[in-house]
Amino acid sequence: MNLVATTERFGNFIISTTEQWGRSWIFLYRTLIALIKPPYRPFLYLQQLLMIGVNSTLVIALIGLFTGAVLAVQGEYTLAKFGATAYTGPAVALSLIRELGPVLTALMLIGRAGSAVTAELGIMRITEQVDALRSMAVDPIKYLMAPRLAAGLIAMPLLCAIFNVVGIFGGYCVAVGLLGLSSGTFMSEMTSAVGLVDVKSGFIKSAVFGLIFGWVSCYKGYTCGFGAQGVNKATTQSVVTASVAVLIVDYFLTSVLTRVFMD
Amino acid sequence: MISVHNVHKRFGSQVVLDGVSIEIEPGKTTTVVGPSGVGKSVLLKLIMGIMSPDAGEIYIGGDNITKAKSEASKNEIRKQLGVLFQSAALFDSLTIYDNIAFPLLERSRLSVSKAHKKVLTIAESLSLGPYLSNYPEQVSIGIRKRVGMARALITEPKILLVDEPNTGLDPLDGQEVYDLINACKNQWGFTGLVISHELPEVFQVSERVAMILGGKIIAEGTPAEMIASTDLAVQQFLNGRTDGPIKIQ
Repeated sequence: MNLVATTERFGNFIISTTEQWGRSWIFLYRTLIALIKPPYRPFLYLQQLLMIGVNSTLVIALIGLFTGAVLAVQGEYTLAKFGATAYTGPAVALSLIRELGPVLTALMLIGRAGSAVTAELGIMRITEQVDALRSMAVDPIKYLMAPRLAAGLIAMPLLCAIFNVVGIFGGYCVAVGLLGLSSGTFMSEMTSAVGLVDVKSGFIKSAVFGLIFGWVSCYKGYTCGFGAQGVNKATTQSVVTASVAVLIVDYFLTSVLTRVFMD
Repeated sequence: MISVHNVHKRFGSQVVLDGVSIEIEPGKTTTVVGPSGVGKSVLLKLIMGIMSPDAGEIYIGGDNITKAKSEASKNEIRKQLGVLFQSAALFDSLTIYDNIAFPLLERSRLSVSKAHKKVLTIAESLSLGPYLSNYPEQVSIGIRKRVGMARALITEPKILLVDEPNTGLDPLDGQEVYDLINACKNQWGFTGLVISHELPEVFQVSERVAMILGGKIIAEGTPAEMIASTDLAVQQFLNGRTDGPIKIQ
């Protein structure tokens, strides 16, 4: 009897998870289609770019500055053991451009803007604003989701670029100003070590993370449960799911991109 | 105008609608009444095409919304509808002016200048002029309902659906909403479907009344016929008694 109940529970779990997974892919497909089909509403896109992108710039720059500074301190400490402190510049720049820039920008944006997107859509859902849109023959996927997904896709790589530039500046200030490295060494080693492939790799990663950001935060808000508890749960799930997805996808992307760009 | 044929809807093991059939006659206002949780709002969402029935068909002005495959074809049918939601469902991020103009700009794709004239006209009819630059959270729920009504009627729909018109309102605001529905009906002449459990107050906007219980329509008629009904469940509900065939959940 116990075995039957356990099997039933497990079966239900598998069915509901598969269903959720399928629904979320259909949701993504519909949102991507809505992005390219007219009518276009440029004002909505600009509004979301402002809320998701521009309003996150300061916090992203701040995190970038201190991440670069920490990398310079840690890099210099580690490289000193091998007598290679001259490579502090490349260490800071490559770590930021290839890995930490895209990942930390994505995690910060998910925490700051992703939770807000999910909560806003969730509240619209439970206060019947989404139903109101549908009753007025306005597709909520096109009106609400597409601008947010597009804003994530556009803002993430741009914010990542800001993160990288400010981070390198932070690393430079610490390495040259505090740790006594020569400015010429820092810059020349960095520019000779960092190639276009590194920038491309980081850009591709942040674009994919932008997609994950928009997809998860919109989907969780759109499928939010009832009441304040439903919004609370959706927001938590959105941040956790998107953050975990970013870290998992990062591993696979890094593996693939490293091979692709090495060939 | 609206025909609901043998509609069934269940959520998991819970049967909500079990063969509901109802005809909403053109130009008349029909009210569907019943205790909380019997599926009145679900019926409304099925009519709007926001939910799909498990079985049965719903025709709106001759178009079968249950058979509409895509959201675009449902949208074509929805253009006949105006909806006043329970909480008015105004968009928080838009001013009252923008809320009223929204369906004109998004659904009718009217030019901004034409939309502006229509908004001012309807706002004047519903005494909303002083509130147009406010946001929904800055006005009372009674005003919000009026804005919801303006938004629902600005595209001059053939059918107005109203979900629980006076939920959360004090008696004065509640009466104001009923007066508003009657005044708007006289001015715009729509077919109305009202969902409510407020009895007998809702009879003042109703030409026909149907009572839903146990997933079925158990009684139907004019308000006078309902009041005179010998059905025990109808009498229990009308008189607000706790003893009778309706079990309080």
